[in-house]
Amino acid sequence: MSDRMQIDDPVLWPYWEGAQRRALLVQRCQACGHHQHYPRPFCLECDADTLEWVETKGHGTVHSVTTVHVQLLPELKPPYQVALIDLDEGPRLVTGIDGTPCAIGDRVTVTWREREGLPPLPNFTKAAP
Amino acid sequence: MPAPLYITGVAETALGEVPHENELSMVAKATREALAEAGLKRRDIDGLFVNYMGEEGSVQVAEYLGIQPRFSDSSDLGGAAFEAQVHHAIAAIQAGFCEVALIAYASRQRSRRARSLSGGAPAMGVPIMHQLEVPYGLPSPIGRYALIAARHMHQYGTTRAQLAEIAVAARLWAQKNPKAWSRDPLTIEDCLNARPISEPLHRNDICLVTDGGGACIVTTAERARDAAKKPIRILGAAESHTHWHISQMKDLTISAAAKSGPEAFAMAGITPADVDILQPYDSFTITVLLALEDLGFCKKGEGGAFIESGVLRPGGKLPSMTSGGGLSYNHPGALGLMLLIEAVRQLRGEAGERQVPNAKIGVAHGVGGLLSTAGTVILARE
Repeated sequence: MSDRMQIDDPVLWPYWEGAQRRALLVQRCQACGHHQHYPRPFCLECDADTLEWVETKGHGTVHSVTTVHVQLLPELKPPYQVALIDLDEGPRLVTGIDGTPCAIGDRVTVTWREREGLPPLPNFTKAAP
Repeated sequence: MPAPLYITGVAETALGEVPHENELSMVAKATREALAEAGLKRRDIDGLFVNYMGEEGSVQVAEYLGIQPRFSDSSDLGGAAFEAQVHHAIAAIQAGFCEVALIAYASRQRSRRARSLSGGAPAMGVPIMHQLEVPYGLPSPIGRYALIAARHMHQYGTTRAQLAEIAVAARLWAQKNPKAWSRDPLTIEDCLNARPISEPLHRNDICLVTDGGGACIVTTAERARDAAKKPIRILGAAESHTHWHISQMKDLTISAAAKSGPEAFAMAGITPADVDILQPYDSFTITVLLALEDLGFCKKGEGGAFIESGVLRPGGKLPSMTSGGGLSYNHPGALGLMLLIEAVRQLRGEAGERQVPNAKIGVAHGVGGLLSTAGTVILARE
């Protein structure tokens, strides 16, 4: 994968390789079944070192959300939302909200933001009711 | 604590905008003032504790001061480093590794225009944060504190007006401090109408960006004998941290103070009810709210209701941010040392118009990083 060379972090390559095919991957412990993100060489719950990458269903719930009113990145025109999402599999992650603004407790589904020269970035959008 | 230890000298650097000095000259001048209060000489310093003073910070500062410490600490616990370093200094002095500890800091972040909200270049690099958080445009550090505030509001019904009360209380104190940067009148209404930065945090929920810093001497009763000012006893100190990435903070409404607070109070043998003055780290209004709850001044989730009646203001039952704090007095990137200095001055009874009558026990509570770190120091006038 050509993008691999731009991400100088071999431990996260599987995550970005997943993103390349629009799959949101997290680690799962083969010993206790705990899901974790970001990846580590051991399970935070049971200390086992037998972890595998698994594809999440891409569904989650908004744990917290902020609406940003300052421009930090050329591609993000304020106001925009950044949220903490609890994936149904367990891990919590920072993400961007696409489309309709979300509130805490809203159900959301993964979408992908294309980027020039980098793997797509997982964002989330309000789930259809 | 076995043998009693004391803060015997404190001093601020020049504050606000400091165009004609560098960080090392600022630290050196504050150190000379703090040593004069402590009745000690530069070469008496044998333990050096600094943060954010550049690469190998304590090595640079020691060379500049012309001293050769036998105990050295450049621990980076963000803004809480200095309270944590009081904790470290206690350990070092009691172990016999040093006798006279200097804690020092200076920043010219305002003059240098060194602050940016972006949290670094969005390009992919090694840091996990640059891969997983920076590309989403979450302002650093404000966005993390905003996520925490939003969650606290959702979970406990905390309101923006309650957070605004913290900014207003800080401003009322600042109006009594001639050194404070912002002294114009400020109302709850002003705060509610201020422009949003990262909701629910608006302009007045966010600290200043100024130049500043200071110096603080920690030592034994024996070495405190020649102090020119009344030595202030260290009753307790503790530190902790919870996370770096906001996604890894176990509970957004519980800060590291939930560990450092009870530990420091246990060491001191007192309870929050005994505290006369509080210097909480007010990087953001929400930072203060969590500290009040986690240190035990009120129950979890009740911070908003606790402060609503004005307890933090001048004349309130828990005078807090008595310098005007990071919100209105000075915030040189890391506020922790300024909190210790103000606590000492209040306990000595030399805080002028803002003096809290008969203040005997004070708490300086540092918070750093992305609401990651906490350092709690409990001080008393003997």
